[in-house]
Amino acid sequence: MSTQTAPDESFENAHVLDPAASTASQEDISTEIRDIHEAYRQQVLAGAKEETQPRVDFAPYRSSLLRHPTKNLHHTDPETIELHSPAFGQRDVHILESDLTIQHNGEPIGERIVVAGRVLDGDGRPVAGQLIEVWQANAAGRYVHKRDQHPAPIDPNFTGVGRAITGPNGEYSFTTIKPAPYPWKNHHNAWRPAHIHFSLFGTDFTQRMITQMYFPGDPLFALDPIYQAITDQKARDRLVATYDHSITSHEWATGYNWDIVLTGSNRTWMEDEEGDH
Amino acid sequence: MAQAPELKLVPTPGQTIGPFYGYALPFEKGNELVNQAHPAAVRLHGVVYDGNGEVIPDSMLEIWQADEHGNVASADGSLVRDGYTFTGFGRVPVDNVGHYTFTTVNPGPTEEGKAPFIMLTVFARGLLNRLFTRIYLPEDTEALANDPLLASLPEDRRKTLIAAREEDGSLRFDIRLQGEDETVFLSYPRES
Ligand SMILES: [Fe+2]
Repeated sequence: MSTQTAPDESFENAHVLDPAASTASQEDISTEIRDIHEAYRQQVLAGAKEETQPRVDFAPYRSSLLRHPTKNLHHTDPETIELHSPAFGQRDVHILESDLTIQHNGEPIGERIVVAGRVLDGDGRPVAGQLIEVWQANAAGRYVHKRDQHPAPIDPNFTGVGRAITGPNGEYSFTTIKPAPYPWKNHHNAWRPAHIHFSLFGTDFTQRMITQMYFPGDPLFALDPIYQAITDQKARDRLVATYDHSITSHEWATGYNWDIVLTGSNRTWMEDEEGDH
Repeated sequence: MAQAPELKLVPTPGQTIGPFYGYALPFEKGNELVNQAHPAAVRLHGVVYDGNGEVIPDSMLEIWQADEHGNVASADGSLVRDGYTFTGFGRVPVDNVGHYTFTTVNPGPTEEGKAPFIMLTVFARGLLNRLFTRIYLPEDTEALANDPLLASLPEDRRKTLIAAREEDGSLRFDIRLQGEDETVFLSYPRES
């Protein structure tokens, strides 16, 4: 399987320690988050548009300080290549790659779950036959990745990488193990809420996105500067899966539903318009 | 262009790719859109920098482009390359000095007279949402002068989008996430 042949990483351990890592306390970080969110609420009350995406300039996430553009994104109309997207199919992804619990000889340790949902575009149309990739920590909060130095056990039966091609209605389903929260070096005693990383393609390459799915009721939400970089509560809620008993299966796995909405396709409406003339 | 119609659904927020994608997303020959032995093979390479001018060692880049005749590829098989089919898509994690290399072809213009470019998406630890930009080929100066995006930018910003042609035919394109000579990053209609 592809996960066995991932290229070797030659990073030194020095990179594990983020140069921007600070000795700030959780209280410092939480205060910074609260201030930014309060300013945002005032802005909305004064009539500003509600934000739907994370800020790229979000100082409580220290690594973002030198890694965000300071100039506004430049608006452009898409050209031909930007109205299309690479194609993926069964040649690229084996059907078994959507089950992260069967990649080794034994059963991984942890809470077996199914995460299922649909990929839609901003018009509510299903994104069919497209690539969806996931990666995650194991039930102890440890990634297989070399740079993960968290002293929690690696599970020899769990790599934590999955892929699928969406079905005709945009549907996907991954069988996996519920990941645990894990510590990181943003500030003192910093912990990420449990999450699964998702990578998505649409029908236009401008819809490309990478995000993280979270689990309902995580007590770490309020403390996490990556999650809280999304200043709007309604937008934050869109990253949280819902427990769904209809996905849960008898004596096998609990189920979560999470639908993903990409931005709007420009190809469809521009083509429709051309057809009008 | 006419006004883009309103979205019916609100898009899901993005999040950073984080530090641990290296064992998950890169795939074999991800940076080889064509084989190095392909007669039209061109090296596209450069370095990703942060706001202090330091290299970023944990960024991942993707490109999407037309073939040398300007045709948009529709074949699958990017993740499992057969060495012959041009799929137009490439993915590469930068190395530990922030450098990337793709082996590809010079894209042709998708329409007569258009300035050819490669679409680029940037992901990185510390970058909370992906960034889009364009890598223009430097040769067709008339097409570049007529390009609507380039024409809408001041001179010093415009040059951040045009690759340099090196003596051996390689394309050089550096990416600066912040600071002086910050790369122009793009937004498109219908993002929210
Ligand atoms: Fe993570």
